[in-house]
Amino acid sequence: MGDFDFAIIYNNLPFLLEGMKTTLLLTVAAIFGGIVIGTVLAMIRLANIPVLSWVAAAYVNFFRSLPLILVIFWLYFLVPLILGRPVGAFASVLVAFVLFEAAYYSEIIRAGISSIRSGQAAAARAIGMTYSQTMRFIVLPQAFKAMIPVLLTQAIILFQDTSLVYVVGLKDFLVSAELIANRDQKLIEMFVFVAVVYFTICFAGSMIASRIQRKLPV
Amino acid sequence: MILMENVSKWYGSFQVLNGCTTSVSKGEVVVVCGPSGSGKSTLIKTVNGLETIQEGKITVEETIVSNRKTNLNQLRSRIGMVFQNFELFPHMSVLENVKLGQMKVLGRADSESENKAKLLLDRVGLADHAAKFPSQLSGGQQQRVAIARGLAMDPIAMLFDEPTSALDPEMINDVLDVMVELANDGMTMMVVTHEMGFAKKVADRVVFMDEGKIIEDATKDDFFGSPRSDRAQQFLSKILSY
Repeated sequence: MGDFDFAIIYNNLPFLLEGMKTTLLLTVAAIFGGIVIGTVLAMIRLANIPVLSWVAAAYVNFFRSLPLILVIFWLYFLVPLILGRPVGAFASVLVAFVLFEAAYYSEIIRAGISSIRSGQAAAARAIGMTYSQTMRFIVLPQAFKAMIPVLLTQAIILFQDTSLVYVVGLKDFLVSAELIANRDQKLIEMFVFVAVVYFTICFAGSMIASRIQRKLPV
Repeated sequence: MILMENVSKWYGSFQVLNGCTTSVSKGEVVVVCGPSGSGKSTLIKTVNGLETIQEGKITVEETIVSNRKTNLNQLRSRIGMVFQNFELFPHMSVLENVKLGQMKVLGRADSESENKAKLLLDRVGLADHAAKFPSQLSGGQQQRVAIARGLAMDPIAMLFDEPTSALDPEMINDVLDVMVELANDGMTMMVVTHEMGFAKKVADRVVFMDEGKIIEDATKDDFFGSPRSDRAQQFLSKILSY
């Protein structure tokens, strides 16, 4: 251990922080976009609208059958092609993550909505609320509360998965660390550091998730 | 006010309602009873369109419920409904439960909704519990909040679907007292219940159902005095023998 030179981390902290910012920004934006689109997909599937529900189901099954790395790769080439102009790695990766995560979130949210007793929706409809009011004020708030632990777990997985952006050269936390490691030949120090950071964040996250799980009424 | 004509409904190939015809006039209290599985809960849920029907016609005042073009939301906002399992909204306080429909459906102002909610909670004897959440109340208290929630919409009629079936015996009377008071105030009510004491006290008519059919539709005195059908006689002797 005597040969370890951890000063390298301290000296490159601003650069590493910049990478972590990209990682976190991508994670948060993908969670947000994924949940919004996932909720819409879940509601379409549950509403049993003839063609739309089938399309939503096909979407979910399609993305859940593909490796994320492939989706990142494809969209890196596809998004500029569709838009007709270069958009940069971050934007294309963000689109890939949102589309991919939406499929997983929609399944979580669908299960969450289904877990709310049908009598709740009936009671809301009985006082004259519309379908969307019933969803917004009665079903979704309860469903999301019940889903918090699973959503958090999915967020942790997502946070780890963002490291896959190295395939398109986006400078996230891992890629930034790797750049420094190669430049200064400090592979062990940097990768130990990266592992500790990922572990700390993910472990803290899952602790929070299980604590919330315990507190929630069954 | 409520008119049901030849109402039939199927779940797949199973017929739950079979040519049901009955009515509830303004200010009338009609009790619907019958053995479990007889279709009485389904029948009452067709009145506000929570359950659709395949045949027949249901009219509430001038509105045809069974017409596809009818604005059911508007109709439902004028008919209160109380469920067997209360179905209070667990993520809201008691007060918010009674305010929500007034604000989101009727568009009443916050202060007006709150005043009305407090008044009604006082009327069902729960003014002190306004800030609590449903899970902190007993079943009987929750059901009284549910009644207040329905009344908050100024309904033209109230539907009760087995309102006391999920309650402990000592809670039942508190809920029935509120319902008797409502009936005496002239509220139009359709009540699915096994509480024959309630029926004897306030019902104008009793509808007896079995296997999806209305077997007997009689005034209270006729029903308890001399039920014509064997089925109703058996039912009464079973449930009144204790």
